[in-house]
Amino acid sequence: MNEGANGATPQPSSPSSTDPVVVFDDVSIGFEQKPVLENISFQVRTGEMRILLGPAGVGKSVLLKLTNGLLRPDSGRIFVFGKEISAMREQDLFEIRGAIGTVFQEGALFDSLTVRDNVGYRLLEEHVPDDEITARASEALRFVELEGTLDKFPSELSGGMRRRVAIARAIVTNPKLILYDSPTGGLDPITSTTIIELVMKQRDVSHTSSIVVTHRLQDAFMLAMHHFNRTTNQMDALPPHQTDPNTSFLMLHQGRLVFDGSTKELVDSKDPFIHEYIS
Amino acid sequence: MALDTIDAAAKRGVLAVQEYALLSGRAVSNIFRKPLYRSDIFMQADIIGVGSLPIVILTGFFLGGVLALQSAATLTQFGAAAFTGQLVSFSMIKEIGPVVTALMVSGRNASGMASELGSMIVTEQIDAMRALGTDPLKKLVMPRIVATVVMLFFLVILSDAVGILGGGFVSVSMLGQDGSQYFHTSYQSLQFPDILQGLVKPVFFGFIIATIGCFYGMRTRGGTQGVGRSTTQAVVWSSILIIITDFMISRFLIGIFGR
Repeated sequence: MNEGANGATPQPSSPSSTDPVVVFDDVSIGFEQKPVLENISFQVRTGEMRILLGPAGVGKSVLLKLTNGLLRPDSGRIFVFGKEISAMREQDLFEIRGAIGTVFQEGALFDSLTVRDNVGYRLLEEHVPDDEITARASEALRFVELEGTLDKFPSELSGGMRRRVAIARAIVTNPKLILYDSPTGGLDPITSTTIIELVMKQRDVSHTSSIVVTHRLQDAFMLAMHHFNRTTNQMDALPPHQTDPNTSFLMLHQGRLVFDGSTKELVDSKDPFIHEYIS
Repeated sequence: MALDTIDAAAKRGVLAVQEYALLSGRAVSNIFRKPLYRSDIFMQADIIGVGSLPIVILTGFFLGGVLALQSAATLTQFGAAAFTGQLVSFSMIKEIGPVVTALMVSGRNASGMASELGSMIVTEQIDAMRALGTDPLKKLVMPRIVATVVMLFFLVILSDAVGILGGGFVSVSMLGQDGSQYFHTSYQSLQFPDILQGLVKPVFFGFIIATIGCFYGMRTRGGTQGVGRSTTQAVVWSSILIIITDFMISRFLIGIFGR
């Protein structure tokens, strides 16, 4: 069940569609001599969604920040798109991060920029013509159903709307990997469902690889047991005993990866901690 | 136990100096790397330079005035009231103009930089910027350094001029001195080393203000309370460093030019 210790064999060759998008190989990190994550190994394959579960403060957000190189591991290797980011200079990481979309815990929108400039930030940096930025920002906002907010500032939006703008910002350049850091944290149940539906839509419509950090089990199981229906433009429950084949779980406990497997394996787990966590 | 505390404090101090040197070095090296972020440099120049004009003009004028007022009283005792202009221009150009202008700009802008960047840190906007593929040292720190160094240079020249003008106004209107004599002695006694000293200092002071402001902003921890702490530390340390650097530059240039 726990493939954490030996499940990852990094292949730093030229990336192809079958290569894993993310590989963690025996990664450890600590702060002020206190270990936070120890010997973490796992992979994210193309088009796969890994849901990262664990109690608050266990290091889930740290793991995401390691994935896009915002933090560097004390030991071990991290490969993203076949390149070892744990050995890259900060200057070189900026290019890799261009292909990764990140949705931060509180949205982390630039409060002095309008929604249009927030969503089109990457395009602004690439000196894309203004008309194209507006068109692509509008398209991304349409995806999250917030078309009318182009000229608003983040302070004029509700918490749920800010989170949706953050998703629009993450997807505007069609990244190959999206990292969601507690996208529903602190939101009411209805807004949370809307956000989860958007995450699912990105998985099932664009088939983007992703890591979703959450400590809300209802969100995790909703992602595993529903799929997005393009015709009705809403999510539908999968038939009983069926789960999304591209969605699997990781679980952290006391800095270690205690579970790496499918939804069924998670539910059937006899591990006392996992059993208690999901019951 | 006490040794452990001293040891930890010393390590923290050395680490802070190392981080400051790295941040400053990387930000300066970014001037020579593309993209240059010209519009950010101009925006910061407007905020730092044009925004500081009123306080620099006001403080410069009244400092020049009070210098004339105080020095004339003493110089009269020795029958040397005619040298009021010389004393005001010397003081303004070599010391008071650069130092007071730098302290004013530091109070206004080092605090602004620390609080702005600090707020961005605690709301994860800096992380978001890095995650979006932008180097915050290039986008946020480098433009502030360039803008502060360039604008402080011109602000100090303006402050010197306004200060001498303020001294002249007080000398003529309140002390009954001859205006022509005041301005004549003001510029006639100035020599190249005096002007050089007055123009070299703002370059260093501008660098200190921007790097210290950005450094404390970028290492903010602990929410809104941390932002307040960073802001205070930025103003305190930039002011202290300005005064220490002023002494060192003065000593160095006096050593070379003999005045």
